[in-house]
Amino acid sequence: MASKKTAPLQEFIKGLWRENPVLASLLGLCPVLAVTNSAINGLAMGLATTFVLLSSSIIISLVRKVIPHQVRIASFIVIIATFVTVADRFLAAYFPLISKDLGPYVPLIVVNCIILGRQEAFSSKNNVFRSILDSSGMGIGFIVVLIILGGFREILGSSTFFGMTVLGEWFDPWMVMILPPGAFLGLGFFIAIANWINARGAKA
Amino acid sequence: MSTSQKMIFVLTIITMFAGGILSTWDGVTRPLIEAYKLQELKKAIAEVLPVYESYDELNGNGMTLYVGRTDTVIEPVGIAFEAVGNGFQGKISIMVGVKPDFSEITGIKILEQIETPGLGTKIIEDPTNKEDRFWFPNQFRSLKTEPQIEVIKNVKPSKDNEIQAITGATISSRAVATILNQNIQAAKKIYQNKPN
Repeated sequence: MASKKTAPLQEFIKGLWRENPVLASLLGLCPVLAVTNSAINGLAMGLATTFVLLSSSIIISLVRKVIPHQVRIASFIVIIATFVTVADRFLAAYFPLISKDLGPYVPLIVVNCIILGRQEAFSSKNNVFRSILDSSGMGIGFIVVLIILGGFREILGSSTFFGMTVLGEWFDPWMVMILPPGAFLGLGFFIAIANWINARGAKA
Repeated sequence: MSTSQKMIFVLTIITMFAGGILSTWDGVTRPLIEAYKLQELKKAIAEVLPVYESYDELNGNGMTLYVGRTDTVIEPVGIAFEAVGNGFQGKISIMVGVKPDFSEITGIKILEQIETPGLGTKIIEDPTNKEDRFWFPNQFRSLKTEPQIEVIKNVKPSKDNEIQAITGATISSRAVATILNQNIQAAKKIYQNKPN
């Protein structure tokens, strides 16, 4: 396998930019679009997803040799769903307000293709150490995009950032930014910037 | 071991572990989640009723009535209940407080809604109104419920059973009034038919 030869640091770094789950692979877009109406919601969603991604990667890379190939997807889903439920109940018990805001999107992490995708493509073929590097890189890449997108929409749509007012009275909030169209506009804008930077890098 | 035996064995072990973890975690978080729900309920009741010292629950017809009482007077100070109905896009759920004869609202609090942000959400709070951000829910304080709550547009209410609609969110405003009208009648029936 080619991935065995890459340096451990590369496994971590690739998730941040080159293989960023949102900007490069366009995975997990449903939560990205739905919950980024504020920076705090983006952060909470990113942390919950990263927790599930990291924990299930560890478990799956540990047990990868005993799971028969035919039932691997079923086993992955059970493991992922367990961690998702743990994360969902954790938020409901300790951060009820955030849990209310995120609504059904926390349980829906089960079907987030970033998570199942990383298990299938990486953790089921690599050891625990590499899986931790891979999933934490992917997770951090995901969190960063969610905070940037959530912050961008929150500043323009409610003129606040993490709940603090950042723009003065003179600014009339663009309501559309916290509505669904704002999610598409914002995401498209950031993917365009990422592609532009990559294209410039390729030319140089 | 054949492959199919191995498949059954591995899946059984995995699901057993998952079940164990989940039931343990449920034991840890359930009391906290329930405590939070009860706290939210009490907060909502306290917000819509006049000052009370205790409340009894009265169940009937799928509704729960919270009858607020003080220690000094036999008559209850007010009755609170949750009213649910359709809004513009989905369910709106409102905690309503009324006088014991159901003739007047003492207060309302929107518990759940998925109205349009910036328009329909003004039923909870209107950040564009500098004088009173809660002008819409506040209109319901001391509002007469008989013959029924009426919604009027663009002018200040002149009768004591009228409220003014939110500009740009007439459907959400009407929805709140309709939900209240229907549920107050239903709650009244339950309360008046209660076994003494």
